[in-house]
Amino acid sequence: MRNRPRIEWLIAGLFGLTAACGLLLLVVYILGGQTQVEGLLLGVALAAIGLGVVLWAQELMDTPIVVEERHPATSSAEEAAEFQAALTEEAGFTRRRLLVGMLVAAFAGLGAALAIPALSLGPAPGREQFTTSWRKGSRLVLGDGMPIHAGDLPIDSVVTVFPDGVPGSADSQTLLIRVPPDLLRLDPARAAWAPEGYVAYSKICTHAGCPVGLFRATDRVLICPCHQSTFDVLRGAAPIFGPAGRPLPQLPIRLLEDGTFVADGDFSEPVGPSFWNLTSGDGG
Amino acid sequence: MTARPTATDSERATELDRLTGWLDERTGFARVARTVLRKIFPDHWSFLLGEVVLFCYVILVLTGVFLTFFFAADTRPVTYDGPYPPLRNAEVSAAFDSVMRLSYEVRAGLLMRQIHHWAAVVFVAAIVVHVCRIFFTGAFRRPREINWLVGVGLLLLALVAGLTGYSLPDDLLSGTGLRITDAVVAAVPFIGPWLAYLIFGGEFPSVELIGRFYVFHIMLLPALMIGGITIHLLILWFQKHTQFPGGSGAEEALEENVVGRHFWPGQVFRSLGLFFLTAAILAVLGGLVQINPVWVYGPYIPSAVSSPAQPDWYLGWLEGLLRMGPNLEPTILGITIPSLFGPAIVIPTIVFGGFALWPFIEARVTGDHRDHQLLQWPWQAPVRLGIGAGVLTFFIVLTLAGGNDVLAVYLRVGVEQLTLAFRILVVVLPIVVGLVAWRLGVERRRREDEG
Repeated sequence: MRNRPRIEWLIAGLFGLTAACGLLLLVVYILGGQTQVEGLLLGVALAAIGLGVVLWAQELMDTPIVVEERHPATSSAEEAAEFQAALTEEAGFTRRRLLVGMLVAAFAGLGAALAIPALSLGPAPGREQFTTSWRKGSRLVLGDGMPIHAGDLPIDSVVTVFPDGVPGSADSQTLLIRVPPDLLRLDPARAAWAPEGYVAYSKICTHAGCPVGLFRATDRVLICPCHQSTFDVLRGAAPIFGPAGRPLPQLPIRLLEDGTFVADGDFSEPVGPSFWNLTSGDGG
Repeated sequence: MTARPTATDSERATELDRLTGWLDERTGFARVARTVLRKIFPDHWSFLLGEVVLFCYVILVLTGVFLTFFFAADTRPVTYDGPYPPLRNAEVSAAFDSVMRLSYEVRAGLLMRQIHHWAAVVFVAAIVVHVCRIFFTGAFRRPREINWLVGVGLLLLALVAGLTGYSLPDDLLSGTGLRITDAVVAAVPFIGPWLAYLIFGGEFPSVELIGRFYVFHIMLLPALMIGGITIHLLILWFQKHTQFPGGSGAEEALEENVVGRHFWPGQVFRSLGLFFLTAAILAVLGGLVQINPVWVYGPYIPSAVSSPAQPDWYLGWLEGLLRMGPNLEPTILGITIPSLFGPAIVIPTIVFGGFALWPFIEARVTGDHRDHQLLQWPWQAPVRLGIGAGVLTFFIVLTLAGGNDVLAVYLRVGVEQLTLAFRILVVVLPIVVGLVAWRLGVERRRREDEG
């Protein structure tokens, strides 16, 4: 047997420490509070009472190892039969098959009717999945709403642009990149979409929707910081590394006389992460 | 009612005895409470892991209730005018603003918020360790398959509760996480886009989003979880706890008996102590170790992103799956299969499906349909040991792959090379580790059989 009085004093001291820390916590709080001190005091208070309680159980309580029978969980055949008789016979379930069947149907119908309002939580996805705010003639503006001018952007640099009127728009965010025009290898059908080496792609990754925020000028690729999908700017933002499965949609743009840019229509494809009916937007 | 010769009459009566006597005269509760107090619980340190989970949940509810008094589930824009200089006059959502106020202006607010987040982190960690104990010792075997399924459900609810919780502050990091979550939901076969609109209330980012996730986080998920925990514990109570072979002291543990300590006072006091010690660690973490400093990330702006961006640790495996995924996105007969479908839908469904059905799979394969009250040591079932070790390795490699950008900087290699290496490792390493664990288990079992 251990030295009981000494352990009793130790445990009493621990409980006292908890009480003291609790009061100190109150003082700290009234004086204006301080997160680190609060956390420490609370921690010490809880640790002391926890330790005290465990010591009490371990050292001072008589908690012998005991044994008891483990009874089988399954009911006896007699009990089970009695239960089943009460459940089905007395309620008449076995005789009234039709009624039981219809009761189940009634509950199913009622359940469905009660579950229907859950559909009100969201609208059905409509055309907005396939379109953005870009229209033919939308001017390219910066986040502050000011138009971007051709001279503002040095070669091999990138800027985030939006359609005039909706700066900050989530689904219309676009990257305007300036590359040496002779290096561009776009699809011939898109030759006119990138005047003087200015090319515009959706900023929303086609993988999981993160903003494709990194441009590596050395090999002219866009990299999504979330999952490292890498897109070749010179080749229509085709995915060349990482998990993205399709190019970033391209925005056809024109350079006006005054040095500003306008869109020549919406993106080439739906923007953002791919979805199952992605191509159904083409046929209307 | 006649006076009964209870402890109230004896000279050693305490206030507690008088109170329980008063209650028992009116309810007869002592008859039931007597068997509760005398319930026997087998004793092993690893049986306390589940208790740590329960205590974390209690602390999550207590701190969470405090947070609800200050949080505004509102995405309307407001101008921040609080005491944190770098964000002053920034346009933020009301939700972000309320988290800033809670952290900087409410006394003990930051402490409560950080304890809450740390408790969530430890909560899921304790669940994982608890599940490993259950799995590797065969505690899930008949008759405990139901409780295994309840437990798997609770694990999944805990993951969703964590995700919905850390999304609420509407900061740049969590907003990016929500953007990815929306894409993952949309990759569910065929109904994906509809499901995503239903959950998020429209095209991302909808104005309803934070309010939605708030309801999920503080009402639906906690309600489901408290129900699941209640069932989990009731089944445990009525089936009685499993025990390791060998037993304690002179008493040998058998299939037909329970060897342990009475619930009261031995178990209750030890558990109470464990509760306070768990709370103490969380309080110190919450006070001293910064977690989720949303003011560093800033408010969510759809066209901005922070790098590196990692989720809380327990969703790192999904992040790894997303990063390792192949760039396959075929369109067949007008149906596009999103590149997220394989990594984010198929693989988790297979892994968690196999995990949930494991007790039934194992019983089918081994042909063992008997009741088991005695646990196994992990090496006594080498195939299970190998598979479990392989799956754990799979998750660990994926979690590391989820931080490939951070690792690439740290290891001074290109992120592309690292990704390729991880694509190989995520297949090879689980097989190698699984085979080694299986082999070691076989060896150890043979030595024991011979000895």
